[in-house]
Amino acid sequence: MSQTQTGAIGAHNAKVMNRFALTKRVVDKLKHEEAVIGGIGNANFDLWAAGQRPQNFYMLGSMGLAIPIALGVALAQPRRHVLALEGDGSLLMQLGCLTTVATLAPKNLTMIVWDNGIYQITGGQPTASASTADLVTIARGCGIANAAWAADEDDFDRLVAAALSRGGPSLIAARIDEKPAVATTDRDPVRIKANFMQGIGVK
Amino acid sequence: MSDSPPQAAAWHDIVLASLKANNVKLITYVPDRVLTPLIKALHADPFFTTFATAREEEAIGIVTGAWMGGMRGALLMQTSGFATIPNALASLVCPCQIPALLFVSERGTLGEFNLGQAMVCKTMRPVLDALGMENHTITRQDELSFILDRSIKQAVATQAPVAFILSPLLTGGKVFAQ
Repeated sequence: MSQTQTGAIGAHNAKVMNRFALTKRVVDKLKHEEAVIGGIGNANFDLWAAGQRPQNFYMLGSMGLAIPIALGVALAQPRRHVLALEGDGSLLMQLGCLTTVATLAPKNLTMIVWDNGIYQITGGQPTASASTADLVTIARGCGIANAAWAADEDDFDRLVAAALSRGGPSLIAARIDEKPAVATTDRDPVRIKANFMQGIGVK
Repeated sequence: MSDSPPQAAAWHDIVLASLKANNVKLITYVPDRVLTPLIKALHADPFFTTFATAREEEAIGIVTGAWMGGMRGALLMQTSGFATIPNALASLVCPCQIPALLFVSERGTLGEFNLGQAMVCKTMRPVLDALGMENHTITRQDELSFILDRSIKQAVATQAPVAFILSPLLTGGKVFAQ
């Protein structure tokens, strides 16, 4: 594998961090009412726990669709930055979406992937990223040039800041531990949708 | 219907006009032979943002996000593609009340030559009915504009998805190529 432009060379060199701590770091950087789509399960739960911003959308099903939903919001509102927080198992379920993102190359989309190498919420079965699959290499192969592993927390902060100011889609992958999420979301889909739409100025 | 419909109007001209008249700008699709003239015309018209996705399920996510962001969207697919999206309909579109517009080019009937298509076609309407989704099978060109225009307006007004099944009686379908 060739050396990466930013971040760690590969997943094996990246520090194992904590999803909730990193989620808080992301949310703390959002100063312009950026939209955030939380993927099903723990990505969602920790986003909820990090503060219920009106610009957050929490998926309740449809595993794998956090990035496509974020892409749709990004296309509809090109002046708002949109982030998707997705787990490794969920991304593996819908890898093709990375090729769509690369083809459309929206300037306002950042994808953050939490990789703990397990399907955490279903009992901790290993994902392919635990052993053989490198999600950043996959993203680059799909055409996402700005794809990197976060080497540690400082590197993660730097990558997020760069992604928010960059004119093109970015993918940031972070190795995370197996600690469960610190809270769970509300589960009223109509209310979640209505709050989100209001939060991003649609109604 | 209008007094003097243009002689040359094809079914796909009417679909495009109905989408435009209802400000449906985002068009996602997984390719289909029968839909090709519609897809070509949508790509050629800068009013629309038209692109292919790797899977139909992905397009459901994109159309959902676009609606929440204030842009109306549609998804074009064939019958076999519809069979890949019930989970996304049941766990995202229906509970979140998203007026996703689904256009399904109907394979599997009226001269189908592929057994796989014929079997998967039988699952489509039972799934739509089980989800309680509004759906129309369109067989006649003189009814196409009315059905699309009224149903798109209803979808938006009632915040509910709708499926348009484009019958071979309308489109000509796909014929066995020796």
